Amino acid sequence: MAQAAAAAGDALKRKGRASLYRIVGIIVGLVVLLVAVNVATHGDFLAPGNVLNILRQIAVNAILATGQTFVIITAGIDLSVGSLVALTGVLMAGTLAGIHTPWLAVLVAIVVGIAVGGGAGAINGTPVVKFGLPPFITTLAMMLMARGVAFMFTNGAPIEIDNAGFNDLGSGLLLPTLGRLVHIPGIPVPIVIMVAVVVAASFVLGQTRFGRYVYAIGGNEEAARLSGIAVGRVKLGVYIISGALAGLASLLLAARLNSGIPQSGLGYELQSIAAVVVGGTSLMGGRGSIGGTFVGALLIGVLYNVMNLLNVQSYAQEVVLGAVILVAVLLDELRKRYLAAR
Amino acid sequence: MTDAVAPAVTPYLAMHGVSKSYPGVQALSGVDFDVRAGEVHALVGENGAGKSTLVKILAGAIQADSGEIDIEGKPVHLSSPKAAEERGIAVIYQEFNLVPSLNVAENVMLGREPVKGLAVDRPALRAQTLAVLERLGVELPIVAEVRTLAVAQQQMVEIAKALSVNARVIIMDEPSAALTQDEVGRLFEIIRTLTKQGVAVVYISHRMDEIFTIADRITVFRDGRYVETGDAKNYTPDDIIRLMVGRTLDAHFPTLPPDPPRDKPQLSVRGATSPGRIDDVSLDVYPGEILGIAGLVGAGRTSLLRAICGADPLPKGEVRLEGSPLRLRGPHDAIAAGLALVTEDRKSQGLVLGMSVRENVTLPHLELFTHNGRVDRREEISAVAKLAAELRIRTPSIEQLARNLSGGNQQKVVLAKWLLEKAKVICFDEPTRGIDVGAKAEIYELMVGLCRGGASIIMASSELPEVLGMSMRLAVMRQGRIVHVFARGEATQESVIRFATGTAA
Repeated sequence: MAQAAAAAGDALKRKGRASLYRIVGIIVGLVVLLVAVNVATHGDFLAPGNVLNILRQIAVNAILATGQTFVIITAGIDLSVGSLVALTGVLMAGTLAGIHTPWLAVLVAIVVGIAVGGGAGAINGTPVVKFGLPPFITTLAMMLMARGVAFMFTNGAPIEIDNAGFNDLGSGLLLPTLGRLVHIPGIPVPIVIMVAVVVAASFVLGQTRFGRYVYAIGGNEEAARLSGIAVGRVKLGVYIISGALAGLASLLLAARLNSGIPQSGLGYELQSIAAVVVGGTSLMGGRGSIGGTFVGALLIGVLYNVMNLLNVQSYAQEVVLGAVILVAVLLDELRKRYLAAR
Repeated sequence: MTDAVAPAVTPYLAMHGVSKSYPGVQALSGVDFDVRAGEVHALVGENGAGKSTLVKILAGAIQADSGEIDIEGKPVHLSSPKAAEERGIAVIYQEFNLVPSLNVAENVMLGREPVKGLAVDRPALRAQTLAVLERLGVELPIVAEVRTLAVAQQQMVEIAKALSVNARVIIMDEPSAALTQDEVGRLFEIIRTLTKQGVAVVYISHRMDEIFTIADRITVFRDGRYVETGDAKNYTPDDIIRLMVGRTLDAHFPTLPPDPPRDKPQLSVRGATSPGRIDDVSLDVYPGEILGIAGLVGAGRTSLLRAICGADPLPKGEVRLEGSPLRLRGPHDAIAAGLALVTEDRKSQGLVLGMSVRENVTLPHLELFTHNGRVDRREEISAVAKLAAELRIRTPSIEQLARNLSGGNQQKVVLAKWLLEKAKVICFDEPTRGIDVGAKAEIYELMVGLCRGGASIIMASSELPEVLGMSMRLAVMRQGRIVHVFARGEATQESVIRFATGTAA
């Protein structure tokens, strides 16, 4: 029995090692690529400023994709996050304009943004759980409605944000002293928030009961139900998480742009799905990880950045991105088949 | 010129010495079977007798390992469903192969639509369908979508479809299972119309009354072997039942513990009713007892177990555990109370195949391993490793995906889920379906062990030897009701079948 436990421990380690090898492989490949790109861009690419720039640019997508990962692992999908970015953005801007005590305004705005996002997630999830509607439909409806409400609220015009405290969340810097050591002015706040979200989500998905249930539901919903899991509550939970994180991502975007813009977030839902899929999460549910999603978001961010540095035309960038998504997922599928065949 | 000899009846279809094996199972061994034009030939046998395997071979869905199949005296190779169709063999399964959203005519002519230019020639489509229906002597709304039709009408569509491809032999697998008495009468009229036109019908059923009403000849299979064939008029239902079960009970069942004292039931069900599934079912199970439930397919065995364990809602009736009524809003409540359901289909209901053995086992009771919101993996590993050793789950590691285990070991994983936190009542639905003999014996031993530990077991099974060999008391269900409960040692295969088929006096 002790032997069995030891064997299990070994197997876990082996599994851990296998995924470690995979990650090391990816990183080695990435490093080679990065060095090559760095040479091609005459050193611009790996300049500290540019690296921070990439990370700051992917913060919004990485946070959206994190929420999306939860939904997709349950074999669902959330098409509403792009529109929710717009809706919560304009509502936060409106809140900031309406409250005159600056610190209170920031606090209320944050609560409004995240609560409205989470509430919209609950509206997405309820018909899925109660009536078995496909999440594609409920979130598509929310995508249309949230965008519409955002336009109605602002009459189509952006709402400016002049609250310095709020705007610092988008463009402020932390730890300037530490930054000086590596010749940067500090670590941008959005990067810190993104890392916190990724770490927390990774913990929830990988270490908690809720996380285990998310995988079980995606793997076999009926078996999960018969195991006594409150399937409805867990599914509702993932849509609320996705909506709330859309509110948080919107906060970073609005703070960076100093305004709430009803046109913002267009197509973000697809960008987030792309990051999740490139990160190895199965659209069929049951498999995937936050770490993978982060790598997916990073890869897409790096790609855009490199193409910009190499002066690739913006229309062509879309073509390249599409092709990369296809190839990445195809390679992952072939890898799985190879492993299954052994 | 010699005397006029009556021509020997050359059967349309004949099988000689056909065998088929699956890993660990000899499904058919050297069986003979023949079908003459225009006859109704009943094929009978218990579950596992090899009927479905034979049907699949004739349908071209699988190929025999050895043996010969002749059509009109010439050997043929039924390499695919298409090949079987071309040889005039059609199969009507219990699960119809219809497209629910297409209309009757479109279904009947599916894949063979008459065309005019590029478009489907709708008038011709309807005319051809009508012609087929006329041959059958039935009327159907040919432009109605199939999903709007009653089951009996859908069955007619299937038969029409078979006829439209000029089937010479139509195999019907349990065709009356979902039909009312009147509808069965209509079905028999249609079958007689078919046979008058020279079409043969292979009728597979458990229902003795139907077989003796419609069949010209009867063939009995048992344990994958051919037993005998004869004219129906030479048999009585009792003869057939005896031929079906005529064997000694397999000796691989463990010795059951003596009956427990029956003073306080562990689980009581009173008046459990779910329309169309179970009808006013009451039963008691005592600690340390195994209650077997027998019955034909569709008799309500699975529905009863699912209702007891909260998997399906129970609109009417009560489930009491140790005397106190349970409120079952879902599986969660049942599990919390100590009821466990080992479902009949472990792949679709029992396991998350893409998760490891460890993750599957701890799924119902993850709270045991959660401290401060975090699941402790080391605790999980030691608990599951212990169980895996006790149950002798054969897997390289408990981190192996459930998908990669054999059927028997998968079943042990399902069982382990409910042993982690000792369940008081365990409902087994087809506990050994699709697993090999060795693993079966192990599962039986485990069940006995659970009983000795004071658990109550309700076991539903369609394998008669299993329910007979493993039950202390045996309840027989028919059409949603418990029609008889045998005390220990009273039940025989014949008597159980009589109650299950409704032929008991």
